[in-house]
Amino acid sequence: MYVAVKGGEAAIANAHRLLADRRRGDRDVPALTLEQIAGQLSLAVDRVMAEGSLYDPDLAALAVRQARGDLIEAIFLLRAYRTTLPRFGYAAPVDTGRMRIERRVSATYKDLPGGQLLGPTFDYTHRLLDPALAGDAPVEAPERRALAAVEDCPRVIDILDREGLIEGDGDPAGEPGDLTRDPVSYPVGRDLRLQALARADEGFTLALGYSTQRGYGRVHPFVGEVRIGLVDVEVEIPDLGFTVRIGAVRLTECQMVAQFKGSAEEPARFTRGYGLVFGQSERKAMAMSLVDRALRADEFGEERRAPAQDEEFVLEHGDNVQATGFVEHLKLPHYVDFQAELDLVRRLRAEAGQRRAERGEETR
Amino acid sequence: MNADATFPGAASPDAADPILSVRGLEKRYGERIGCTDVSFDLWPGEVLAIVGESGSGKTTLLNCISARRAPSAGTVSYRMRDGVTRDLAALGEAERRVLMRTDWGFVHQNPIDGLRMRVSAGANVGERLMAVGDRNYGRIRATAADWLARVEIPADRIDDQPTAFSGGMRQRLQIARNLVTHPRLVFMDEPTGGLDVSVQARVLDLLRGLVADLGLAVVIVTHDLAVARLLSQRIVVMKDGTVVEEGLTDRVLDDPRHPYTQLLVASIPES
Amino acid sequence: MRTTAMTAAATPGPAYNFAYLDEGTKRMIRRAILKGIAVPGYQVPFASREMPMPYGWGTGGVQVTAAILGPADVLKVIDQGADDTTNAVSIRAFFRKTAGIATTTRTVEATIVQTRHRIPETPLAAGQIIVYQVPIPEPLRFLEPRETETRTMHALEEYGLMHVKLYEDIARHGHIATTYAYPVKVEGRYVMDPSPLPKFDNPKMHRSPALQLFGAGREKRIYALPPYTDVRSLDFEDHPFTVQSFTEPCAVCGARNVYLDEVVTDDRGGRMFVCSDTDHCGTRRAEATP
Repeated sequence: MYVAVKGGEAAIANAHRLLADRRRGDRDVPALTLEQIAGQLSLAVDRVMAEGSLYDPDLAALAVRQARGDLIEAIFLLRAYRTTLPRFGYAAPVDTGRMRIERRVSATYKDLPGGQLLGPTFDYTHRLLDPALAGDAPVEAPERRALAAVEDCPRVIDILDREGLIEGDGDPAGEPGDLTRDPVSYPVGRDLRLQALARADEGFTLALGYSTQRGYGRVHPFVGEVRIGLVDVEVEIPDLGFTVRIGAVRLTECQMVAQFKGSAEEPARFTRGYGLVFGQSERKAMAMSLVDRALRADEFGEERRAPAQDEEFVLEHGDNVQATGFVEHLKLPHYVDFQAELDLVRRLRAEAGQRRAERGEETR
Repeated sequence: MNADATFPGAASPDAADPILSVRGLEKRYGERIGCTDVSFDLWPGEVLAIVGESGSGKTTLLNCISARRAPSAGTVSYRMRDGVTRDLAALGEAERRVLMRTDWGFVHQNPIDGLRMRVSAGANVGERLMAVGDRNYGRIRATAADWLARVEIPADRIDDQPTAFSGGMRQRLQIARNLVTHPRLVFMDEPTGGLDVSVQARVLDLLRGLVADLGLAVVIVTHDLAVARLLSQRIVVMKDGTVVEEGLTDRVLDDPRHPYTQLLVASIPES
Repeated sequence: MRTTAMTAAATPGPAYNFAYLDEGTKRMIRRAILKGIAVPGYQVPFASREMPMPYGWGTGGVQVTAAILGPADVLKVIDQGADDTTNAVSIRAFFRKTAGIATTTRTVEATIVQTRHRIPETPLAAGQIIVYQVPIPEPLRFLEPRETETRTMHALEEYGLMHVKLYEDIARHGHIATTYAYPVKVEGRYVMDPSPLPKFDNPKMHRSPALQLFGAGREKRIYALPPYTDVRSLDFEDHPFTVQSFTEPCAVCGARNVYLDEVVTDDRGGRMFVCSDTDHCGTRRAEATP
């Protein structure tokens, strides 16, 4: 006699126990500490913070560990936690012009006030596997310099702006939207697009940015500047009437100088693409700035033909938590719907067989 | 602005009233002028050709009078089936769309712009019927088959997609798709422009027959004076966004008055 | 079977609000639900939250349930008609843990039924609420991918394209080939996606005395059918809507005119058909054996 499959609850509990076992791995090997993850896999932690939209290296490290190193799963964990957090207030806009810079490069000027600072970059490393890193060989202390006054390191974009060579930085008036708190209604403004891109999957953003370089929505980009460093976060306390510093976050900012525009009335000037992400990830920030600029096609009367220029396409498909959920939901049971399709296909085949028989054809 | 005030007596339907009235129409793209100071009337059952070289503003004009683009100035009024003349700019989006899928047709130069390429020929023709509420499959299919026959598409192609059709067949399918709801006014943008010369003749012949049989009012944009002569009773000649000459087709083509029209007429080879 | 979860209180950990969502979020969702009830079949955008389960796994239904759940409610959760499928088990456990409410597998005992892909065979009664998990709320999505365009089509009642699809089915197959997520028209106005129900269940929506709520978390839409709403499946006069019928009864309880799952019993073509609704099947068997 047939007995329907039961015991979903026990099966789930056992699966989770096995997951915990595999996560821990060989018990003879010491467990990873969160300090080790945050300190030595810091770029993984940065990515989880950026796409998880929550700046908390300790929690991000915990998420990476809990997710067994699956970064999208870790991002999901952080997001699900973030959504429960109460909002006490909104920070004042951070001033990246006052960033305590660790790395800063410009592709548009050979030299400039503040200079080019390579910082901790993979650039110019030869990608040769280093056997020494298999062990724990001592590592030299880095060269240090006195912190330059922030005024000595102006943003390249501001240098261009003072000369009127680049478009303005938009209208600072008005509160930016928040797509995690309000429903999105297309078309959306650049504020929501930038928010979506800052949270978007790094691989998706990278591929779209890359596509603009290959002719799918060209933007003629020059890296005005990429800068990485710490910026202060300040909050205005309504009762006090002034802002208070509540901490600092590490940011990567990319200002892309893009295709110039002009008309009979307006002299030509360059346009902007902007990228800003938590932590150190110039790949993401640069790709973001390309896609931001591509998405501004309408503003400049450019024909919208490429995926990177299509706001609905980019915003609806860039979120990896949404994407992974919906792709993976296909493994949930669908047998009720499949039964309906089976029934139809069988019926259509039976009818076709009958028609063939009526025509006197041989049925297979 | 109230269209009734502009055209007294418009509320009493009369074949002597124009079906479409254009007054002082202008379309600007920033500083550039698409067309300006265009006024004309179109009567029921009349075919009006708008001719001119590319860039003369004729397609801009067509898009403005067919409510596909908003004009910068001027009015376009249409006498609805109930006899009331309405300013198109005053119509709501819903009313405009209903008009476009019932009382009007629009034949694009490229059939791809006017057809659903991944939907069968029968459904392409039937779509308008379904859009206006026909819910009888057999009747929709019979009507589609009838229209395919009228545009000389073989009956056994009814379930084929237009991707499998030749250029001439696609254009004839687009015509059938437009005419199935018996529109009173059809706009045509270079309907034979993308076709081989040998195929053009057949499509033109078909159009001429259908327009006469159905008593359609037509505004046709073409750079081909032979097309204008074959189909239209009246002609509007455009240059640099303005109308330089208008009149009965035979008169304008046989006795052009404006130097530009003379140039256009002189540049077509004698047939 | 009614169980009250005592484990919730015993488990230490971060303190979540009743039914997980904070009260501000619940109010936002309730406003969307009320708007949906006021305009039956209209998709109301809402600020869907990131939930601790993946998108596409019922986040919309879970948010709707969380927003309407009270301490006295009795919740039933089904997936494919069954209470014991893993995702149903998981969602039921989630609410037992975060709300400490009573759960049941009996349709008649439930005040709220959250479902994926089925409507119970036992007719729902006035006062009950059924919450559907919806993956793609837009019935026009596969004809027109652009949200800006589909919203205009709904606003202007431009539904001709929907029938073009049905026309093509009949022309090609001789039948309307949509077997699930079969589109319906609500109160003669909005075309609505009933979520991926087999079309067998469509007639159960029509003039149901229960309140029907639909939640799509990833797509951020809520819509609703108030009790006794007209819900008609799209069709042609000469090709009327019909539901699936099975030639044999349920192999376990003998029920006819219910939806059956096909169970493959061996690799030589052996198969049997059993009720998809586990509660319905179990109840019939219990009644048959005194």
